[in-house]
Amino acid sequence: MIAGLVKDEGDDPRFHAGDKVGISVRFPVGHYRVPHYIRGKKALVEEVVATPAIDNEAEGFGRNVGLKRHYYRVSIPLSELWPGYAGSPHDGLRIEVYENWLEGI
Amino acid sequence: MHPHDHTPVVAADEAPGYYEIMETAVRELLVAKQVIAAGEIRRHLEVLDSRTPQLGAKLVAKAWVDPEFKKRLLANGRTACEEVGISFYENTELTVLENTEKVHNLIVCTLCSCYPREVLGLPPDWYKLTPYRSRAVKEPRAVLAEFGTVIPDNVEIRVSDSTAMIRYLVLPRRPDGTEKMTEEQLAALVTRDAMIGVVPVEFQKGRVQ
Repeated sequence: MIAGLVKDEGDDPRFHAGDKVGISVRFPVGHYRVPHYIRGKKALVEEVVATPAIDNEAEGFGRNVGLKRHYYRVSIPLSELWPGYAGSPHDGLRIEVYENWLEGI
Repeated sequence: MHPHDHTPVVAADEAPGYYEIMETAVRELLVAKQVIAAGEIRRHLEVLDSRTPQLGAKLVAKAWVDPEFKKRLLANGRTACEEVGISFYENTELTVLENTEKVHNLIVCTLCSCYPREVLGLPPDWYKLTPYRSRAVKEPRAVLAEFGTVIPDNVEIRVSDSTAMIRYLVLPRRPDGTEKMTEEQLAALVTRDAMIGVVPVEFQKGRVQ
């Protein structure tokens, strides 16, 4: 990092591989790409996806906030998603979620 | 007797629906305002039609015979595709998921029909319908069993749900008995469904390839 360079808010990802996170429970109006079945569930950050993505929720209202939203691949055990899941306890989901839907826990 | 057949001409037999009218209106406006040219739409349809599962099969077979290519494909699916001349027309990335002895991958899009169209073409109807989309994340083992695929309990099932920027492609396991086959012969074994993750790649010894 270059000394003296001040980073803007959102330049660095807030979470890293191995972090435990919660998926927010929100129901905003508009276009967003977070399926209902993962909201409120606990997840593990597997990877920060290299290309930060355009915030499509803001973009849907004509506010293109640029490449500011970090984007994460997270894993969630199927037994966390579905109480009483009958398959192997190792079975899991992988899904990508924008940073503004993740909460530190 | 005359040589042409009598397949009826396909004609619209009912009035266009709401969305069909809206699509036509928007398309005509975009052309009238010179945002796009009519030829561009036709050209893009040609691009879409040229994408088939044979492209994905070629990638899989190349990964099986070329370990260095496999590394690059798993590290960045999109740039590995571009390396062999498969361009991307959507602003998406491609993540290739490798099936192993211990992990079986399955892909789905619960929100709509995200699919690696650049390398597989258009998705099958069942991929876009609610039963597969809802059940693949809830009871993947039961869904797989309906495709005739039984995964042992000691193998982890990893369901990847495409939501926005990433498309997935499954790199199936190379079947036993194919050690002496060429890349072209291997590609002929790889099916669309194997690259979605609902079936393995099968090889029957003695079958003419």
